[in-house]
Amino acid sequence: MTDRAAPTPAERSGARSGWLLSAPALLLLAIGATGPLLVIVVYAFLEKGSYSGVQWAFSTEAWFQVLFERDIFDDTVTLADAHLTILWRSVKLSLATTALAFLLGLPTAWFIATRPPECRAVWLFLVTIPFWTNLLIRTFAIMEVIRNGGILNSALMGLGLIETPIQILYTDAAVLIGMVYVYLPLMVLPLYAAVERFDMRLLEAAHDLYASRWQALRRVVLPVIRPGIVAGSILVFVPSLGAYVTPRLLGGGKNMMIGNFIELQFGQGRNWPLGAALSLILLLVVLCALVLLTRLTQREAEE
Amino acid sequence: MRLILLSALTCAATGALAQGQLNIYNWGNYTSPELIEKFEAETGIDVTITDYDSNDTALAKVEAGGHGFDIVVPTHSVLPVWIEKGLLQKPGIPQMENYGNIAERWRTIEWDPGREWSVPWLWGTTGVAVNTAVYDGDINTSAIWLDPPEALAGKVNVVPEMEDVINLALLYVGSKPCTSDREKLRAARDVLAAAKPHWMSMDYGMTEKLGNGDVPASVNWNGSTFRARAQNSDVAYGYPKEGYVVWMDNAALLADARNVEEAKAFLNFIMDPENAAMISSFARYANGIEGSEQYLPEDMRTAPEIVVPEELRDAGVFSLACPDEINEFYTAIWTELQK
Repeated sequence: MTDRAAPTPAERSGARSGWLLSAPALLLLAIGATGPLLVIVVYAFLEKGSYSGVQWAFSTEAWFQVLFERDIFDDTVTLADAHLTILWRSVKLSLATTALAFLLGLPTAWFIATRPPECRAVWLFLVTIPFWTNLLIRTFAIMEVIRNGGILNSALMGLGLIETPIQILYTDAAVLIGMVYVYLPLMVLPLYAAVERFDMRLLEAAHDLYASRWQALRRVVLPVIRPGIVAGSILVFVPSLGAYVTPRLLGGGKNMMIGNFIELQFGQGRNWPLGAALSLILLLVVLCALVLLTRLTQREAEE
Repeated sequence: MRLILLSALTCAATGALAQGQLNIYNWGNYTSPELIEKFEAETGIDVTITDYDSNDTALAKVEAGGHGFDIVVPTHSVLPVWIEKGLLQKPGIPQMENYGNIAERWRTIEWDPGREWSVPWLWGTTGVAVNTAVYDGDINTSAIWLDPPEALAGKVNVVPEMEDVINLALLYVGSKPCTSDREKLRAARDVLAAAKPHWMSMDYGMTEKLGNGDVPASVNWNGSTFRARAQNSDVAYGYPKEGYVVWMDNAALLADARNVEEAKAFLNFIMDPENAAMISSFARYANGIEGSEQYLPEDMRTAPEIVVPEELRDAGVFSLACPDEINEFYTAIWTELQK
């Protein structure tokens, strides 16, 4: 800790106008993020209403239902393994999406960052093109490509490579393809920012010291661009966890993800408090993941 | 350019001159555009249509208030819930000019005795759709999806409508919808759990997927199957003999409607046989209005998806939304099924 000199009046007024200028954004965040969150927190502690909504009576029933289930046939109480299965499936899928997006995103980011500066903007622009179209439309486009009578299968059959269509749609592979496709730009952009700042002389130095390509990547490149990796992973992992449309459409809806399960409670399940409690659990999982990742970077930075 | 601007201005002017507005909140892809054009031309009322995709969405949105809708079209099963929650008002339907056109069968009904609250929109059934080029056996059975034949194993779709699916499974095991008999509920759950490995997906959008051959069999609605058959003549509709679900969507007037008179005019308008036929020919479901058959296109009058075979008529079951305690069983079974 260093002692700071008392702020000069100019500094103070600068700070004041800084707060003033950011006030609208902060207010928007406070209302837009905290408001709905508060509603969810309150709902999670209420009784469910008849057919929909909530009753204004305090209850912890929803939290009981998150963790335990009362067997509908003999009333025995057991740990809610269905809920855990669903949550674990979502976490697994998000981890796989993040890993795959990283494996595909790093070479892409490296490629862009090593182009001549005047070309990089064009490549970055190309990466952002998918954002021009609504997610739903892009998901339907993927369906059109991978479905049994779709572009991919017709092409393969036309080439005589396969006899019958490969069932890709409605499999876990389809969900993974869709998720990686959707979230890949979110991985590429932060990685690019990190790689672009990477000092290529470090790589030359590594080679001069007889590091193999693999060693150079693992011991030099990855540690330096770690902040980009962490940022990209967070940007991909967090929305993947709550993903709703992609698993529903491409996975065929046979197995629920946590997002679909929450939707069920607000819709056909008519159990809003449980839906609210599950949303908070999801939030908690995201929070844990974020803390874990930040810890990881901090430790590396300290080393 | 100036011409376009001018015509836009004229449009705006006529809009402002129109007698009134009417805001209809209806299922997506369900309201015949010709019907609305005709209504607007006859009355000068400006109609706006907003879509919803499920009864739950509609109920939640209207309950939240501030929606600005006048007419909503809930399914019969949830109509009593709408009434009980005080979301509807009585439009005085029995006093309306066209009231007498409602077919006898659709006038004396359990969910709205005497038709005080609602006017028939369309009715249909939930059964099975099968591509007969893939499987040509008996399709009038829920075994198509609950115990699939060899040819369909691993290729069946089930629409993710919790109530319909569990009701059909309960009927298959010899029980009835919304039963509180736990043994029967358990039997239904076991049948569903045993069948699930044979399913390919649980998805909507079967009109296209049956039509283009992606899905060879599905739990499906009759009108959707009818539309699919228009694309692919091998698609056929089966009425499960163990029991299938019959439903009706009904137009009703919202309690906080702002355009009550316009809404009443519309409710009366759709009870006219010719207009009811327009709704049917667009959405491909039957309506509940007597005398509308003569205005239907030929292919609809004889369609096997619309005309229920005599011997299977009694297998059709109307079910109301289950009470909350039974719905908990349903949700538990559903969660177990999709976990």
